[in-house]
Amino acid sequence: MAKMKGAIVVDLEKCKGCEVCRVACPNDVIAMTNEVNHKGYHYAYQEHQDACVGCANCAVVCPDGVITVYKVKLSD
Amino acid sequence: MDIKDIIKPENLVYQKTSLMTDKPLSYCPGCGHGTAHRILMEVIEEMGIQSETIGVAPVGCSVLAYDFMNVDMVGASHGRAPAVATGIKRCWPEKFVYTYQGDGDLAAIGTAETIHAANRGENITIIFINNGIYGMTGGQMAPTTLPGMKTSTSPYGRDLKSMGNPLKMTELLAQLPGTCYVTRQSVHSPRNVRRAKKAIRAAFESQKENKGLSLVEIVSNCNSGWKMEPVASNEWMVDNMFPFYPLGDIKVDGKLVNNQ
Ligand SMILES: Cc1ncc(C[n+]2csc(CCOP(=O)(O)OP(=O)(O)O)c2C)c(N)n1
Ligand code: SF4
Ligand code: SF4
Ligand code: SF4
Ligand SMILES: [Mg+2]
Repeated sequence: MAKMKGAIVVDLEKCKGCEVCRVACPNDVIAMTNEVNHKGYHYAYQEHQDACVGCANCAVVCPDGVITVYKVKLSD
Repeated sequence: MDIKDIIKPENLVYQKTSLMTDKPLSYCPGCGHGTAHRILMEVIEEMGIQSETIGVAPVGCSVLAYDFMNVDMVGASHGRAPAVATGIKRCWPEKFVYTYQGDGDLAAIGTAETIHAANRGENITIIFINNGIYGMTGGQMAPTTLPGMKTSTSPYGRDLKSMGNPLKMTELLAQLPGTCYVTRQSVHSPRNVRRAKKAIRAAFESQKENKGLSLVEIVSNCNSGWKMEPVASNEWMVDNMFPFYPLGDIKVDGKLVNNQ
């Protein structure tokens, strides 16, 4: 069966660290950084890179629309 | 496969619509206003009606909506958005006209404008963001504030005897023959965002067919006003707001659903 592999890109200067994306991810891909951006927010990043399936759940709930999602089909 | 091989234009599956400007949103972290803005703009993009759409911004936290939504917009004074939208739509019936209003705007100071625009069956769409509070001005009680809910003007909780009952504007408006499509949605989870977007699409499609006023209420959080962290505010909303403001369609194609 074809497997999906995804990747997200967070606009880290516009991320407000709300964590709404983190709880919406079905695969626990997202974590928050220890460092802060210029606004002072701990921003979201893709911690478990291999677990992302590109479902875009994180991006559709991000209030600030700062997540971009990419996806490829892996055939085995 | 390396992540760099995935992040390529041909593999793009989701990106912020260009109908949202690149200005950083003025909303608090985690506030549902931003999500509501974006799905509204996605619908307008998917319908291909950017140049034929005119929005009316309210007074409230979303007062700057015209900075974020990349369509023609007008700012109305507090509560008057449905009256302003009426004027625009009557002058320009072929345009798509919507208002975007908070609960203080729509259900308090603008009650008369809202009810009469709906009762006249103005062919406009109202996006109604109900967070049960006056967010912008510091979290005062709104007509929509839940029984017992603490706000800066009901610090011991809303007392129904002295402060009255919460107003379910959406159910009330659904009773009027001028409304065609009336629904209540939310934007706190991916599934709900997708459903809310479908509802906004249905509202604009009903406007396209001149069916009367369409209203999409979005029950939303105000984490600052509620004094909670964003994720906790969404959980509180599910546990407390949804039982009082149940999600789902209330009126479809001019007919009340589930004996409302
Ligand atoms: C005529 C007038 N009265 C009062 C105000 C003060 N005021 C500004 S926003 C607001 C309430 C906004 O609440 P809501 O519509 O629920 O929007 P939210 O900020 O919660 O999204 C009030 C009372 C005003 N700007 N103009
Ligand atoms: S695209 Fe889906 S799997 Fe990947 S981080 Fe976002 S929510 Fe998680
Ligand atoms: S939902 Fe958006 S703004 Fe909030 S933490 Fe995630 S990426 Fe940042
Ligand atoms: S005050 Fe409330 S409604 Fe206003 S931006 Fe902040 S969280 Fe959103
Ligand atoms: Mg409000």
